[in-house]
Amino acid sequence: MHGLDFDIAHMLAGLLVLVSLAMLYQDRLYALINVLALHALLLAASVAWQAWVHDAPHLYITAAIALGFKAIAIPMALRRMIFRLGIHREIEAVVGTGPTMLAAIALIALSMEVMLPVTAGIDPVSREDIALALSVVLIGLLMMVTRRNAVSQVAGFMSLENGIVLAATGAQGMPLVVEISVAFSVLIAFIVIGIFLFRIRERFDTVDVEALDAFRGDRV
Amino acid sequence: MTALDMIRALAAQGAQMFLVLLAAPLLTGLVRWVKARLQRRRGPSVIQPYRDLLRLLRKEAVLPETASWLFRVAPYVIFSATWVATALVPTFATGLLFSWSGDLIAIVALLGTARFLQALAALDVGTSFGGLGSSREVMIASLAEPALLMLVFTVALIAGTTQLSAIAEHLQFEQVGLRVSLALALIGFIIVAIAENARIPVDNPATHLELTMVHEAMLLEYSGRYLALIEWAAAQKLLMYASLIACIFFPWGLAPAGSGLAHYAVGVAAWLAKMAVAGCALALFETVTAKMRLFRVPGFLGIALMLGLLGTLLLFVSRGL
Repeated sequence: MHGLDFDIAHMLAGLLVLVSLAMLYQDRLYALINVLALHALLLAASVAWQAWVHDAPHLYITAAIALGFKAIAIPMALRRMIFRLGIHREIEAVVGTGPTMLAAIALIALSMEVMLPVTAGIDPVSREDIALALSVVLIGLLMMVTRRNAVSQVAGFMSLENGIVLAATGAQGMPLVVEISVAFSVLIAFIVIGIFLFRIRERFDTVDVEALDAFRGDRV
Repeated sequence: MTALDMIRALAAQGAQMFLVLLAAPLLTGLVRWVKARLQRRRGPSVIQPYRDLLRLLRKEAVLPETASWLFRVAPYVIFSATWVATALVPTFATGLLFSWSGDLIAIVALLGTARFLQALAALDVGTSFGGLGSSREVMIASLAEPALLMLVFTVALIAGTTQLSAIAEHLQFEQVGLRVSLALALIGFIIVAIAENARIPVDNPATHLELTMVHEAMLLEYSGRYLALIEWAAAQKLLMYASLIACIFFPWGLAPAGSGLAHYAVGVAAWLAKMAVAGCALALFETVTAKMRLFRVPGFLGIALMLGLLGTLLLFVSRGL
């Protein structure tokens, strides 16, 4: 693995981080879901490139799962969900885009600082994939923390899962059984979250999770 | 170095300096013309900015009663600082006589000097528009400059130097490969260039609407030759950013150090073609974009800063820290 092969792998993984950041920046739900679809598409491209370079055909299945489920099915379902919840025109009051972005950059720096020394001596592509995957995971978590709208939190969760898949491919792929079961568990989680969202809306007339705070009982 | 070599080197450097000086209004004219055509207007001819400059230079300069010496001196300093900055960016050749001084950080500093004086001169006369314009300009500048420096660091880390001529040579002849950091830096540079040149979506160069104007608000009190100098400096700044982006990211066709006249001719032709493409792209972008609210500008420039930071971080990954 050298030269252009490495460059392309690096570029796709780097773009994945960039799209994660772009997701943090979006304040409209439809735009957010488009970016989420792009994120999954880049993941599929990245995994497919690894499969090609390492000559590992089972990774193509991972790429196909990423493309089919995450880039097409889940965004479509999310779009329908937003429409049915009647929040498609809502603009989310993101808590300070600037500080969030800086926090995201700090998380990227942190993941590199942690991952690069730990993984010294292994294949450079796996190394940078793991470092970048960790930053994608952390940015997904950050997104879930900073957003108030439950649908955006789902988007954060999905991007987090994309990061995990990227890390797994970096580590020369995981067994197919694990891969498929992870994909399905994410799908199940998505369905459960979807049902849950409608329940929240039914009860509180909003999907703003801030509304739940009032029902937490005594605050200390 | 013999005397003849010295003369040739000086001539090449002089050609570069006067080329940018004379070509600057042409780029502005081209952008205006393409924009007019895209909006289905006939538009003034591409050489209209030259006519404007000539007319302004001949006209009598009217000074406000409250103007101090600073107001009169500022246009000359703005013009010369911008001209030096523009002439330091390699246009058709690298490795010219003064290329060693063409440092990216020096260029940022020269532009900063020009902007500082412009803001100061606008405050000098004490009109409300001047103050408004300079406060907005300084706000935008304080966001654009860190972003620009961050992007400079990204490029400098790849090339191993901040000297523009060496960067261009490095990217032209070394195998740098496909770098995601360079792509990020390119987008960042374009964002900063749009903001610094007061183009749409940050500022509209064709309006004098008091709610939105930034750059124009600072020039309201200027007339005659002072206005001509400032307008010319603004045109050069636009050309400078276009050449900067061209020489870092698209260094093809640049004549290497000490090459002959034929190489220089190819370099000039390539540069003119690049500038024409840049002008058309800018006009197209301005036609399809709407101006954003002033309070959204920090977010827009924040993207550039973020791209610079991310590009630097990704560089560390690809190098293995």
